[in-house]
Amino acid sequence: MASVPMEHALVLAAVLFALGLAGLLVRRNIIFMLMCLEIMFNAAGLAFVAAGARWAQADGQVMFMMILTVAAAEVAVGLALLLGFYHHFKTLDADAAEGMRG
Amino acid sequence: MMLICIVLIPLLAGVIAWAIGRQNPGAARWVCLLACAIDLVILLTLWNNQAAMAAFAAGGPWLMQVNVPWVPALGISFHLALDGLSLLMLILSAFLGIVSVGCSWTEIKERVGFFHFNLMWVLAGIMGVFLAMDLFLFYCFWELMLVPMYFLIVIWGHENRIYAAVKFFIFTQFSGLLMLLAILALYFLHGHATGTYTFDYDLLLGTKLGSGAAKWIMLGFFAAFAVKLPAFPVHNWLPDAHTEAPTAGSVILAGLLLKTGAYGLMRFVVPLFPQAAIDFTPVAMTLAVIGIIYGAVLSFAQTDLKRLVAYSSVSHMGFVLLGVFAWNRIALQGAVMQMICHGLGTGALFMMVGAIQERIHTRNIEKMGGFWEVAPRMGAIAMFFAMASLGLPGIGNFIAEFLVLLGSYQANATMTSIASLGLVLGSIYSLWIVQRVFHGARENQAKLPDFARREIALFASLIIALVGLGFFPQPIFKTADPALSKLQQLAVAGQGAVQVSEAKHSGGNS
Amino acid sequence: MYELLWLVPALPCAGFLILALFGDRLPRRAAPFIGAGSVGFSALVSFLIAYRFFTAPPEGEHFSQVLWTWMNVEGFTCQFSLYLDALSLVMCLVVTGVGFLIHVYSAEYMIDDESYAKFFAYMNLFVAAMLMLVLGENMVLLYLGWEGVGLCSFLLIGFWYKNPANGRAAMKAFLTTRIGDTFMAIGLFLLFVQLGTLDIQEMMQRASQQWAVGSGVAVAAALLILGGAVGKSGQLPLQVWLPDAMAGPTPVSALIHAATMVTAGVYLIARTHVIFELAPSAQFLVAVVGAATLLLAGFAALAQRDIKRVLAYSTISQIGYMFLAMGVGAYAAGIFHLVTHAFFKALLFMASGAVIVALHHEQDMFKMGGLRKKLPVVFWTFLIGSMSLASLPIISSGFYSKDLILWSAFASEKGSKALWFAGFAGAFVTGIYTFRMVIMTFFGEEKTHVHVKPGWVMCLPLVILAICSTFGGLMEIPSSIYHFPLFTHFMESALPAAPIPHEGLEHAELMLQVIAVIAVLCGLSIAVVAFGVKPQIARAVVATPFGAKMRDLLFAGWGFDWLYDKILIQPFLRTARFNKDDFVDLIWNGIAALSRGVHSLLSETETGHVRWYAATLSVGALLALAIVVLL
Repeated sequence: MASVPMEHALVLAAVLFALGLAGLLVRRNIIFMLMCLEIMFNAAGLAFVAAGARWAQADGQVMFMMILTVAAAEVAVGLALLLGFYHHFKTLDADAAEGMRG
Repeated sequence: MMLICIVLIPLLAGVIAWAIGRQNPGAARWVCLLACAIDLVILLTLWNNQAAMAAFAAGGPWLMQVNVPWVPALGISFHLALDGLSLLMLILSAFLGIVSVGCSWTEIKERVGFFHFNLMWVLAGIMGVFLAMDLFLFYCFWELMLVPMYFLIVIWGHENRIYAAVKFFIFTQFSGLLMLLAILALYFLHGHATGTYTFDYDLLLGTKLGSGAAKWIMLGFFAAFAVKLPAFPVHNWLPDAHTEAPTAGSVILAGLLLKTGAYGLMRFVVPLFPQAAIDFTPVAMTLAVIGIIYGAVLSFAQTDLKRLVAYSSVSHMGFVLLGVFAWNRIALQGAVMQMICHGLGTGALFMMVGAIQERIHTRNIEKMGGFWEVAPRMGAIAMFFAMASLGLPGIGNFIAEFLVLLGSYQANATMTSIASLGLVLGSIYSLWIVQRVFHGARENQAKLPDFARREIALFASLIIALVGLGFFPQPIFKTADPALSKLQQLAVAGQGAVQVSEAKHSGGNS
Repeated sequence: MYELLWLVPALPCAGFLILALFGDRLPRRAAPFIGAGSVGFSALVSFLIAYRFFTAPPEGEHFSQVLWTWMNVEGFTCQFSLYLDALSLVMCLVVTGVGFLIHVYSAEYMIDDESYAKFFAYMNLFVAAMLMLVLGENMVLLYLGWEGVGLCSFLLIGFWYKNPANGRAAMKAFLTTRIGDTFMAIGLFLLFVQLGTLDIQEMMQRASQQWAVGSGVAVAAALLILGGAVGKSGQLPLQVWLPDAMAGPTPVSALIHAATMVTAGVYLIARTHVIFELAPSAQFLVAVVGAATLLLAGFAALAQRDIKRVLAYSTISQIGYMFLAMGVGAYAAGIFHLVTHAFFKALLFMASGAVIVALHHEQDMFKMGGLRKKLPVVFWTFLIGSMSLASLPIISSGFYSKDLILWSAFASEKGSKALWFAGFAGAFVTGIYTFRMVIMTFFGEEKTHVHVKPGWVMCLPLVILAICSTFGGLMEIPSSIYHFPLFTHFMESALPAAPIPHEGLEHAELMLQVIAVIAVLCGLSIAVVAFGVKPQIARAVVATPFGAKMRDLLFAGWGFDWLYDKILIQPFLRTARFNKDDFVDLIWNGIAALSRGVHSLLSETETGHVRWYAATLSVGALLALAIVVLL
């Protein structure tokens, strides 16, 4: 079976990452921002997997597992924060929280 | 052991005072008074120990020392040592400790325990500075003085206390860091050259350094000491800190904290880097002379009485700087004398201002006048200390200034002649205090009770000390002489520069 | 006997301590007894020592007593020790003797003052310091006394402290003399560095061995010492403080600003005469300063209204004579005039004090007059003092001493005709202003009512001093009248004789005396005519524009105050005020302000928007990557 060249996979990962980042920057709704973060995570994971396949190493998959765990933890914490945020500001607009302004 | 006790007693007294201060402020005061008194007694006994003195004068390494390893891996030891110079400074510290506890007896009413805790810890830090012969330990004590002093100013200070405290802290901390860098540089250079990495003063003496390195390291030390001294142009923390500090804080600041700078110059800067110090002499002397004149002129211009006294400190300490860098015996003895007499005299002037402020709630000189009429004892005492400040013969300050100028004239006639102008300018501001505050017509109708017994006792002890020093300064000279002689020899040996530093090492315990 | 020397300064010092510490607890009556008593005993000891000195002089005609080691530092030793020779003995006698009389006088003069004990405390301290000054064996001890008398002068000028003007005068006196003192201090440093000691006799000996005549070091040292002397003695250019010093109580003016302290400069020059001998140019300057001062001050005395200011200017002028004597090498003559001046000037001050009290603290001579009948004792003693001041021939002590100075100025190798002429003109002016003062005060019509007459406590010292002023001059009688040089002979063990050639001047001396006497009598007559017989003459002179201007100039003491105010005081005050807030602080506060500015710039980027952070984060990451990749 002709394998997908690594470059293609990496380009896909880069596109996904860019999309995620763009989404993160332009969306103000925190839920969407969290989703974009997930996309970026997965982009990174894809890159790992592709690289692991290219060199026939298990490390890539190990790292992907790692990312999955981190993402899960992040979502848990993130959603908890989101609930707290909503409770406090009565909105999901991230720009509403600017108490740290210098 | 005795030396550890000397430092430990105020530390413990501070803790006890803090613990019991909430329930019983009076007891806290008494504990601290007692602690200082015990220290003073111990030190006077040491001073009176003729045998040890003679042994030291005959060329013994130290009057007394404690040297136990602390962090052997890094060459840090807990090395306290005493010679005549340190002894005099310690006696001054204990004496002014008593005075400063005494003068805050009625002034401090809030958080008495914590106040005395800070007071005692500053005192312990200062005593440690005068004793430490391990540069790391020295730096620890150096920093130990700062923090409680900061609290003294920031908690019990006057209107503008936060600004003053922060300024004080930044100036001293920053310059302290420069010194730390210099200490580390010296440590590594010495270790690199000899293979022994050590912070011990005795071992570091005579370290061979390239002239560039010696210059920069010397400047690092000088920066810290010049800020403390304070020398022009890094004196600016002083007027603010003095003005805002409570009376006891001012007494400690003027009487002791400034002396640590002068002490450091004598103990470390010149003996450790003799050649660099000689090269630096013209600059240092110029700074000293500018300080003398500049401080005196500014002092006269002030309307805040406490600021006036503070600037006079700048002027007086210029004489110390001048004397240290003239580096002959006459000038050095003069500088030591000036340290002691300035401590007593200026401390008393600050107490005077504190007493006035406590009574009429202002330090503004324009709201004073004619106080002699209602408070003649206060006036007579103020007159005495004004005379001390302008260096009237018969008072210790004269001996000090005279010897400094006499000695430094040998080193640099032009500079000394200009510095002598300080004698005239000094009399302007000193007389101005008497003239503006005590003479003239009554301007402020606030009630002004004359000094009562406690205050009379405090001032009388200072007056007796100063007059005693003015007529019988010989004990001071005799005590300081072997120490100064040794420092001078070290500097001369260091100039020769081929001395192997180990040769000077000599063990021994107290 | 000589071993009791330490008591001489110690007794007044003890008096000071008792009065200062317990003054307010002692009964009021005790103060004068302690104050005058301590000085009296001190005088007694001095007289006993003097008697001994005459009958059995100590070995080498000097005696020194080491009390304790004051300072002993490697390279510098200084004993606390007293030194007695003919010069210091004479000074001691003057200080304690005249001082005692003035203390007695003050017991009545100050009786109503609230700070009676304080006054005597200060006076005693002054006497003690003055005695240290004249007895100190080394320069440091002399300096101790020197500054000590300055302090007492300050305290006593400002004694009535409630009036700020008195305080200002006191400060002015202290600061002006302090300027001189600072020169002197630098002189001490120079002498020490050059000669390695500050012991006066040792110093003189080494100086004469080490220095060549006219060498630069000697001149510098002499000039610096002269700086101290002109400050203390109120000579040009530091004379401005003395007239203002009259703000103090009159006994103070008599003791400090006439008889003793202000002559300390003369003593200093006599003491260090070896250095001046080695520096002829500096010594000539001493003579010139003396001559100029005696003239300027004499003229200024002509225009004063305040009786004490007249006396103050006359003091400056008379000390000018002493400086003149020092400058021409006639040291004994200068000291002789110092002694007679102490008698008659103390007398004049105390008598004027009696007048001032009698007129209820009126010092303006224009409001006095006709007191001859009302205050006879005061009048006669004042007259005797004035005769001495104006040096009327034969019957006044001032004649003998001033004549000796004039003769030395003329005949000494260091003198000149010009210096003599200055002294001669001064004698003429002295005649005018002295009798102007006498006539305005005691003759004419009464203008202010006399309301108290001095008691015997005040009169007794006046009478004693009047006797001294009349006969004190007989210690030294010029050879032209009857050769009796007792005083100069006595001083020869301490001070060299004036360098006067013995041949060829026998007739000149008598002739000069006659000329001088005529000048004095002319001055006297002018005063009598212009202020007594026909006062309209004086009024006419000051009515002319030039006369009025001249009077204002002289009244202001030649405008030195104005000048110093413009060139010294105002610039100093301006500088001080300008820099009150310490421009160096600007640097440090500038650093603080800079970091605060940078802080506020950077804090703009902290918007609090999490998306903005994310954006900057990714831009930063991109930049970092770009740097890694591209470089």
